[in-house]
Amino acid sequence: MRINEHPILSFKRGREITIYYKGRPIKAYEGETIAAALHAAGIKVLNYSRVRKRPRGLFCAIGKCSSCLMTVNGIPNVRTCITLAEDGMKIEENKPVLPKDIGYKENRKAEKVQADIIVIGGGPAGLMAAINAHDAGAKVVLIDENPMLGGQLVKQTHKFFGKREQFAGIRGIKIAEILEEEVRKRDINVYLETSAVGIFQNGNEKLVVGVRKEKELIEFHGRAVIVATGAMEKTVPFENNDLPGIYGAGAIQTLMNTYGIKPGGRALIVGAGNVGLILAYQLIQAGVEVKAIVEAMPRIGGYFVHAAKVRRLGVPILTRHTILKAEGKERVERAVIAEIDEKWQPIPGTKKEFEVDLIAIAVGLRPSVELLQQAGCQIKYVRELGGHIAIRDEWMETTVRGIFVAGDTAGIEEATTAMLEGKIAGIAAALRLGIADENWIGEIEKAQRDLEEFRSGPFGKHVVEGIKKLLEALQ
Amino acid sequence: MSEIPNYLRFGYITPEELFSIIPKPSEDRLRKRPVAVPECPQQIPCTPCKEICPTNAVIMEHPNDIPKVDYEKCIGCSLCVQVCPGLAFFMIHYVGDRARITMPHELLPLPKPGEEVVLLDRVGEKVGKGKVVSVVPREKARGDTPIITVEVPIELAWDVRAVKVVRE
Repeated sequence: MRINEHPILSFKRGREITIYYKGRPIKAYEGETIAAALHAAGIKVLNYSRVRKRPRGLFCAIGKCSSCLMTVNGIPNVRTCITLAEDGMKIEENKPVLPKDIGYKENRKAEKVQADIIVIGGGPAGLMAAINAHDAGAKVVLIDENPMLGGQLVKQTHKFFGKREQFAGIRGIKIAEILEEEVRKRDINVYLETSAVGIFQNGNEKLVVGVRKEKELIEFHGRAVIVATGAMEKTVPFENNDLPGIYGAGAIQTLMNTYGIKPGGRALIVGAGNVGLILAYQLIQAGVEVKAIVEAMPRIGGYFVHAAKVRRLGVPILTRHTILKAEGKERVERAVIAEIDEKWQPIPGTKKEFEVDLIAIAVGLRPSVELLQQAGCQIKYVRELGGHIAIRDEWMETTVRGIFVAGDTAGIEEATTAMLEGKIAGIAAALRLGIADENWIGEIEKAQRDLEEFRSGPFGKHVVEGIKKLLEALQ
Repeated sequence: MSEIPNYLRFGYITPEELFSIIPKPSEDRLRKRPVAVPECPQQIPCTPCKEICPTNAVIMEHPNDIPKVDYEKCIGCSLCVQVCPGLAFFMIHYVGDRARITMPHELLPLPKPGEEVVLLDRVGEKVGKGKVVSVVPREKARGDTPIITVEVPIELAWDVRAVKVVRE
């Protein structure tokens, strides 16, 4: 179901088009992804698992998992969550076999793009990296596999914390617009719907191999690469946690806030960190009833003010509770939760059932470091930063000279810190290449001071610990 | 491990807990004109309330400090209520046997001045009915958040923190 009235958002939909799901015509709008259009039409089972034939639905909605792979116009394994619907498209369940002939010419040459700095990822970190690298004098190309710039900002309807010079008090969606505008008014080459699939090196030359729209190969040549590929939603083990209707929290935000599609009628949220709390509020704004938020820890992990916002609208926040199982045939119909003891074991007699058609998993993120790993950057497991992280210095440079990192890829934090890290990485890359003059070092130092200030409270403590481990690993 | 405060176990703060962290405005002050009260007990890196205050009434030495309001300096302009990203600022004004509470309302429908609404406390329980006195729509608010002022029985001044608009 599409949302038409919303207290914060107005949805501008493109031209109406028709796509075909297993031959059945489905109404869609230009600018909408295939998965979003299918959801709006009530189609939530996208596939069946190969062996057990279990139903599969959307999970991450940002191109990071394989839950939404379908066969589109004969091409298998298309990520329907980030592929735009086009008039007349034929969508089928995924048939993971190589197509024999889909009309490609042989020996086609890859397009070659030359720049000084290649930024991978157009979220808050990547956008700031591109803007600052450009302003420091570099020729910049920015690539992102999504159809729009902004990364996760495009679904953040809440107002940001921090200082006003760092966009505090402004909604994330608006920040995405501001940063995109800044990029567009500069001479920055932007490639959307383009996935970076590998980073290769020849001396100081760097090559990023990109694939546009699942079919067109592009070679990005540069001398420095900034990887700002974000993060991927974690999940938790419980019975039937693969049922359609169980999403990463971000996927629900994408459906509801970016595409204006009501994701369900009644929801349970797992995780009372900032993401879970913010999501609960956004669900209520979209007209979804939130039955409860369960949190295994004995305390609310996110900011209290976010908790208070949903609590006063009647949403129970159950700390020391966990989800035991989801029930339903083709999709979620029910969730069973229970209180847990100090050893995290369910306490007998505390089971509760909720009739829900939506379960949001908001238990944290892990950095997307695959490209860095592939490029040979040294990786270390740092629990405080969300998992495996590339070792990097204070200028965000990894152990491979000329490869930089910023944002959630460099450690799970906030969009505010992602933007500051992006700024540092962008300027640092231009300095390393000898493009920027030394006056720019002052800008890096200012961003470093801002980061230090932002992280100086109790919520930044673990991040500071984690970064210390990364810097120690450099010795 | 230190004791977990109740507000972090349940997601709401009681007036007693709140006023053990920040001072409560005096009865005199509450009668004089509206006064801003921050319900923001945690050290989080955030300063818009301090930055927007025209009289420097929000006291915060470090961005991570919890905001405290110098109630004598506060002129009751409501800019902090409009701009607060955590929707954690409220304004209270005692008028006779009623209290006027100013709060954010980012939900549909937006009530109209004069409309009767259901009053909700910090856990979302219905505690009575009140009348909406004024509305600042989103387009006119400084922080892109609609704010409303609702008149409630004075004894509910420190309980009501949200409203529900019920229309047939």
